Amino acid sequence: MNLRAWLALLGALGVAWLAARAARRRAAGSAGGRRFFASPFAGLGIGVLTFFAVVAVAAPLVAPFHPDRQLDIIDLVDRAPSWSHPLGTDLYSRDLWSRLVYGARVSLGIGALAMAVALTLGAAVGAAAGYFRRATDVVLMRLVDVGIAMPRLFLLIVAASVWQHVSLGALILILGVTGWFGTSRLVRAEVLSLRERDFVTAARALGARPGRIIFRHVLPNVASPLLVSAALGIGNVMLTEAALSFLGIGVRPPTASWGNMIADGAGQIVGAPWTTLFPGLAIALVVMALNATGDALRDALAARPSSYEEET
Amino acid sequence: MGTWLARRLIAAVAIVFAVVTLTFFLMHLGPASPIVPSAEQPLDPDVVAGLRKQFGTDQALSVQYVRYLTQLAHGNLAVSFSQRRPVTAALADAIPNTIVLAGAALLVDFGLGLLLGIVMAARARSRLDAGLGNATLFLRSVPTFWLALIVILVFGERLHWFPVGGTIDIVRHHSFSFLGRIADRLWHLALPALTLGVVGAAGTARFQRNATLDALSADYVRTARAKGVTERRIVAVHALRNALLPAITLFGLALPFLLTGAVLIETVFAWPGMGKLAADAIFSRDYPVVLACAIAASVMVVAGNLAADVLYAVADPRIRITERDRA
Amino acid sequence: MTEPLLRVRDLRTYFVTERGSGTARAVDGVSFELYPGETLGIVGESGSGKTVTSLSVLRLIPEPPGHIRPGSYIEFEGRNLLTLSPPELRAIRGNRIAMVFQEPMTSLNPVFSVGDQIAEAAIIHQGLSRKAARARAIEMLTLVGMPDPAERVDHYPHQLSGGMRQRVMIAMALVCHPKVLIADEPTTALDVTIQAQILELLERLQRELGMAIMLITHDLGVVAGTADRVVVMYAGQVVETASTTELFARPRHPYTEGLLAAVPRVDTPREQLRAIPGSVPAATDWPGGCRFHPRCPYAWDKCRTSEPPLLDAGSGHQARCWLVTEPARRSASA
Repeated sequence: MNLRAWLALLGALGVAWLAARAARRRAAGSAGGRRFFASPFAGLGIGVLTFFAVVAVAAPLVAPFHPDRQLDIIDLVDRAPSWSHPLGTDLYSRDLWSRLVYGARVSLGIGALAMAVALTLGAAVGAAAGYFRRATDVVLMRLVDVGIAMPRLFLLIVAASVWQHVSLGALILILGVTGWFGTSRLVRAEVLSLRERDFVTAARALGARPGRIIFRHVLPNVASPLLVSAALGIGNVMLTEAALSFLGIGVRPPTASWGNMIADGAGQIVGAPWTTLFPGLAIALVVMALNATGDALRDALAARPSSYEEET
Repeated sequence: MGTWLARRLIAAVAIVFAVVTLTFFLMHLGPASPIVPSAEQPLDPDVVAGLRKQFGTDQALSVQYVRYLTQLAHGNLAVSFSQRRPVTAALADAIPNTIVLAGAALLVDFGLGLLLGIVMAARARSRLDAGLGNATLFLRSVPTFWLALIVILVFGERLHWFPVGGTIDIVRHHSFSFLGRIADRLWHLALPALTLGVVGAAGTARFQRNATLDALSADYVRTARAKGVTERRIVAVHALRNALLPAITLFGLALPFLLTGAVLIETVFAWPGMGKLAADAIFSRDYPVVLACAIAASVMVVAGNLAADVLYAVADPRIRITERDRA
Repeated sequence: MTEPLLRVRDLRTYFVTERGSGTARAVDGVSFELYPGETLGIVGESGSGKTVTSLSVLRLIPEPPGHIRPGSYIEFEGRNLLTLSPPELRAIRGNRIAMVFQEPMTSLNPVFSVGDQIAEAAIIHQGLSRKAARARAIEMLTLVGMPDPAERVDHYPHQLSGGMRQRVMIAMALVCHPKVLIADEPTTALDVTIQAQILELLERLQRELGMAIMLITHDLGVVAGTADRVVVMYAGQVVETASTTELFARPRHPYTEGLLAAVPRVDTPREQLRAIPGSVPAATDWPGGCRFHPRCPYAWDKCRTSEPPLLDAGSGHQARCWLVTEPARRSASA
C-alpha cells in the first residue's frame, strides 16, 4: 500500500463523513428529515454508502495495485493481512484490497443500474395498470403474478445455461427485467388511490391526456415509495448478483466482483479465511447501509401523526 | 368460499402453465439447441435420436411447443445429459432432500423470527429491541452463501461441532442404530438448516415487529384496556391474534427465499437436493435438468402461495365470513 | 346536596411533541364534578382537550408521549384514581367506570365475536364461567336493542352495521353495571337517524341502570337533547359550566355565545352563518391572558394580560370571563 492509496482512502472516509453531516444539517430543516435521521443508523448508512460510492468512482486512485495483477505467484499467495496488503492476498497473489475496490465498481454499478431498469419498468407497468385499470390492469397484473411465481435465481439460472456468456450489460438487463414485479405492485396501489383524488379529476376535466396526467401529476407523488423501493431493492440486486457470481454465472473472472471473490476464496477458507471474509463483509456492510437507509426513509415518509394530534 | 377457492386454483394452474411456456421460449431463444447436447458431450446416438423424436427439434417452434407440453403432461421430463438417466429420477432423489432442508429452515425461520419480532415489539425502543434490531439488520444483509462458508469454517472446521457436508456420514451411517441414524441425519441437517433459517428469521422478525406494533397501537387495544384487561392478556390475546395474521402472507414470500437459498446452501454444504442439482446442471449444460428444476420450483412457490391464501382466508374472520345481512 | 360521584380537580395532561415544538398542554387545569344519575355534557371543538380529559379519567393516555401532571386529582368512591396501583385501576375499568369510544369499527377487535368481547368484562370482573358470561352477553344485546341477539352474539364486528356496532360497544361497557359511563363522541361516526336511536338508548339505559353519563361531544344539538348539565371547554380549560337550559338561554362566555350563534336556525329569518373568527390555537402555544381573547369581540386590556378564573354567575353557573364581574364592557365593544 503506497502513500497515494492511503491518502485516497482517508479522503474517501473524509468525504463520506462530510456528506453525512451535510445531509443531516440540511434534513434538520424539515420534519421528515428529522424523522429520517432519528432512525438508528440512518446517518451511518449514508456515510457508508457515500464512502463506497467514492471508493468505486475513484478506484484507480484508491487501489494501490491493479486488481488483476498477480504480484508474486511464489511468495505472495494467500498472504494474511499486513501493512503492505491490508486485506491480504488471494490465491493468485492479487492484492485483496485493490480487488475489493474495483469490485465495488462492478457490484455497486450493477446494483444501481439494474435497479434503475427495474424501477423504470415497475413504475411504467404499475402506473399503466393503476391508471387505465380494467383490461390493462388485469393483463399486466397476471404478468406480475407469473413473474413472482418463479424464484428469481432459477429464472437467472435458466437464462445463464442458455446463453453461456452473459456480458455485463446483458447481466444488468436481465437482473433488472427480473426485479420489477414488487415495484409495479407498489406503484399500482399508489396510482389507484391517487387517481381518485381531485387534482387528477381536475386535470382530466381540463382535457389533459393520460400520459401527461401520469407523468406530471401522478408519478411525482409516487416518488417517495419508489425511493424506498430503490434503496431496499439495490441491496437485493447486489445479493443476487453476488449469488450468481458465486455460482459462476454472473460476473466472470478475472473481473473482480464481490461475489466471485467469495467464490475464489471458498476453496482456501480454512487456510486463508480473509479471502472469503472481506468481500462478504463488504457486501454485508453496503446492504446493511441500504437497508438502514431504506427503512429510515420509509419511516420518515410514513408520516404518522403523533397520538396527541389524534386525540383532542 | 368455494367459488373463491376454485378461482384461485384455476389461477394457480394458469400461472404454472405460463411459467412453463415462458421457460420453453427462453430456452429456445438461446444460440444452442436446448434439447440436443453440444458436441462436447457425446450421448448415445439412440438417446439423441429418441430426444429428437420426442421434442421434434427439427420442426417448427409451435410444433415443438405442443410436443413439449404433451411430454410434460405425461410426466416425461427427458433425460439428464450428465446423469444419463431420466430427469424425473434425478428429481425424485433430489426433491425430498430439499424439502427436508427447506422444511427445517422454515421451522427455524418462523419459530425464531416470530418470537423475536413479538419480543422486539413488546419491548419497543428498549436496549433489547435496539440490540436485536442490529443483529437482525446484519443477518438479513449478509449473502447466505457467505454466511454458510463462515459457519462451516467456525463450527465445522475449527470447533468440530458439526459435520461440514452431505446428509449422512457415508462411512459409518449404516452401522448406526436406528436412533443413531436419526441423530446422524439431524447432525448433518443442523448447520445448513440453521444458516438458511436464521437469515430468514431476521427478515421475519423485522416484519413481525412492525405487525405487532401496529396491532398494539390499534383502537381495540385501548378498548380492551378500558375494560380492565391485564396488559399480558392484551398482548398475548387481543393484539397477537391480529398481529399473526400478516405472518401467514409472509409464508408465501418465504418460499421463494427458501428455494433460492437452497440452491446456494446446498451447493456450499454439498447437500444433494434440487438446488445443488440445478447448480451442477448449469455447468454440465444439462438443460433438461435446469428446466425441470425451474418448473418444479415454480410449482412449489405457486402451491405454497395458494396454501398461504387458503390459510389466511380461514384464519381471518373478515374473509372467512362474507358480510351477511347488515341491519 | 348530594355528593359528586366523580370529582376532577386541576387535571393537567401534557404531551411531549416532536423536537422543536415543545410541550402540548392539552388539558391545563380542568375541574368539574359528575353527580349520580345525571348526564354531563362536555362540549368543545377539536383541540379543546375534551377527549384527552375523558381518557385521563381512566388513565388511558399513552405514557410517552403523554403524562398526567402531579397535582391533578380525580376522586371516585373516595379514592384518587391517579394514584391507584395497576391492579386496583384495572378493577375499576370496565367495572365501576366504563367507556365507549367514537369509532366502533376500529374500537372492536375484528377477530373475536362480539359476544366474546362483551363476555370478557363479565368474566374478568364478575368471575362468570364462559357459558354464564355468554348468556349475559345475549342479555346485554337484548338490553341495547339488538335484533336477534342469540344469533348476533356469534357475529364478528365486520358483519354489523355502524349503529349495531355502537350498540355492541355500549353493551360491552355496561355488562358490569358501572356507576359511570364515559361516552366519547358516541354518535359522531353514525348517520343522523342512528344517532337519535343511540342517544335514546343511552337515556333509557341511564334510567334503568341508574348510572351517570359523561358525554363528550362537539355537537350542541346532542347536548341540548341529552345533557342535564354542560361543561364547555376551550384551549385546555373549562370556560363555562351551567345547567343545559341555563346555558342555552343565557350563555355568559363569549365563546359559548359564538358557538350558539353559529348553529343554523330554522325558525329565524335566514342570515349569513356567523362563524367565530380566527382558529383554535395550538396546545403548545396557548395565548397569554384569557386564552380566548384573540377571537373575542369584547376583549379589552385586562383580557390580554390576566387570565380570568372561573367566576360565579349565580345558581351553579360559572364562566371564565371578566365580563361576569364587569358586564358593562359587553355593550362598550358591541
